Amino acid sequence: MNFPRPANTEATPLSLDIRGISKAFGRFPALKDVSLQAHDKEFLALLGPSGSGKTTLLRVLAGLETPDVGEVRFDGEDFLSLPVRKRRVGMVFQHYALFRHMTVAQNIAFGLNVRPRAERPSKEAVRARVAELLALVQLEGLGGRFPAQLSGGQRQRVALARALAIEPRMLLLDEPFGALDAQVRRELRRWLRELHDRAGVTTVFVTHDQEEALDLADRVAILKDGELKQLGTPNEVYENPADPFIYDFLGAACRMPGVVEAGRLTIADWETQAPNGAPDGAVEVFFRPDEVAFAPPDGAGLAAEVRAIAARGPDVRIECVVEGRVLELEAHGPTLPPGVAPGLALRVKPLRPRVYA
Amino acid sequence: MTTETPAVRPPAVRLPGAAPLLVLASVAVMGVLVLLPLYTVFHDALSKGVGPYLAAIKEPDARSAIRLTLIVAAIAVPLNAVFGVAAAWAVAKFEFRGKSVLLTVIDLPFSISPVVSGLVWVLLFGAQGLFGEWLTDHDVKIIFALPGLVLATVLVTLPFVARELIPLMQEQGSDEEAAALTLGAGPLVTFWKITLPNIRWALLYGVLLCNARAMGEFGAVSVVSGHIRGQTTTLPLHVEVLYNDYDFVGAFAAASLLASLGLVTLVLKTVLEWRHAGELSAARKH
Repeated sequence: MNFPRPANTEATPLSLDIRGISKAFGRFPALKDVSLQAHDKEFLALLGPSGSGKTTLLRVLAGLETPDVGEVRFDGEDFLSLPVRKRRVGMVFQHYALFRHMTVAQNIAFGLNVRPRAERPSKEAVRARVAELLALVQLEGLGGRFPAQLSGGQRQRVALARALAIEPRMLLLDEPFGALDAQVRRELRRWLRELHDRAGVTTVFVTHDQEEALDLADRVAILKDGELKQLGTPNEVYENPADPFIYDFLGAACRMPGVVEAGRLTIADWETQAPNGAPDGAVEVFFRPDEVAFAPPDGAGLAAEVRAIAARGPDVRIECVVEGRVLELEAHGPTLPPGVAPGLALRVKPLRPRVYA
Repeated sequence: MTTETPAVRPPAVRLPGAAPLLVLASVAVMGVLVLLPLYTVFHDALSKGVGPYLAAIKEPDARSAIRLTLIVAAIAVPLNAVFGVAAAWAVAKFEFRGKSVLLTVIDLPFSISPVVSGLVWVLLFGAQGLFGEWLTDHDVKIIFALPGLVLATVLVTLPFVARELIPLMQEQGSDEEAAALTLGAGPLVTFWKITLPNIRWALLYGVLLCNARAMGEFGAVSVVSGHIRGQTTTLPLHVEVLYNDYDFVGAFAAASLLASLGLVTLVLKTVLEWRHAGELSAARKH
């Protein structure tokens, strides 16, 4: 996991202010009372499983959906009273939605050519701007191609150039990497972040991929079933997931039942200091599979028996049985217990357990 | 979608066992049922030479039938093209109550007999019809006149354009329109620059089929026409009238015009399917 740069957005003014947005499709509630703010030039991720309402929220921002109740302000302006075409948001759709009957250059120029006559740039100005954007997205020389003649990654960059052509006040990206394969994804991710930093536009992007959100965004908003569950920097949400769902969603998790009493946490036969703010009584204990220490059977931790091991380069996956539960743990070279083999008895000590009632 | 994979053509399949016989059989049936009658039409039309053939076409009643057919099609086809685009647009891009009812109504002319499609107008606007008295009082002629012929034709050819466009527009979704709106285009610009170009070939295809049917329609038109020679007989009705008069050269000459229309339609249709398969609805991609 990659912990990104500290967010320095706190100092900059608020640009996007979403208050109490609810939206239902028929009887299915897609968004429930979502409130959310973004700072100027911030890169904000909306993260959630499918059906969590993240795309609906993005479409509300674009003006493609109208919320049942709530308020959206942008730079102090009432955004909901503006029709889509007046909002000047650059939207990149999940499947890019390139105009299939137009060339790449025509696609990029579209937003400029449909402006009212008085504001429309001259033909030369449009051509210059298209060339500039093609260079920006590294597609020089492909202006004459049709979308069908491009690869997925190229299409995505055309969609981005088209959205940037209108000098958007805000950039909205719907699963920008969803339709690409893993290799292309990682390359484009870095590139997109650099582009955002250079363009200096408030960006909201939707993803179901936690790694992508944590890697890329200044702040992450986690949605589930139409509700905003947690909002914070990638570090904050990863270190302090607000509930078991988020803990599970943000990475691999091991869970054990435990009991908290008078500041002590007991899991099976092992007792330790309870984390700060842990509720008393029966709890669910979570820890990351790679945040454990191994000890000999007479050491501290949960009594475990190794069932299987699998090495993958320096990482070793160790399957242990603890209290009749199978846990899949991870160890790296130095943390690997010596002489580990199936059948070996040892103790496993979660280094940073989190408890939820 | 993500990376360009070279198009791999599956190796040609050799037809097993008796398959060549089946192919031969279907070609033979096709020949007897389609090509032979087509040949007969032209053969009989020209049986007395080119002179009588041309005379039969140039004869005033024939010319008026051709003119009437063209006028009816020129009114009915654009009406149905507009209706078809509007209906397909509504059905494919929006969710609304009564959508399935609209779809059923669009399909209705396919499932009811054309004679019924003609008869409903007689029941509404005929002398004994619902509005018959009022129409007579105000001296408006619908039945046994051009408006009746147009109404009957419009009803019969209603589904052609809409049916062609709905699957295509559903497949295309509305993301491109949404993208155009976010880029600052108004609804009208979006329709002209995005929606219409995306469906142009399918629209042409639908119009072509609609036109062929509009010009060739017999049943519905026959009910409302009244068969007034030189006034309310369209080309298909003209064929019947002449045939009943034992004027075979005249009947087959007129029929040959209809057959030619069919052949031209077929060629254009094939060209469209061949050149623009990707832009027709999935069902037309061969």
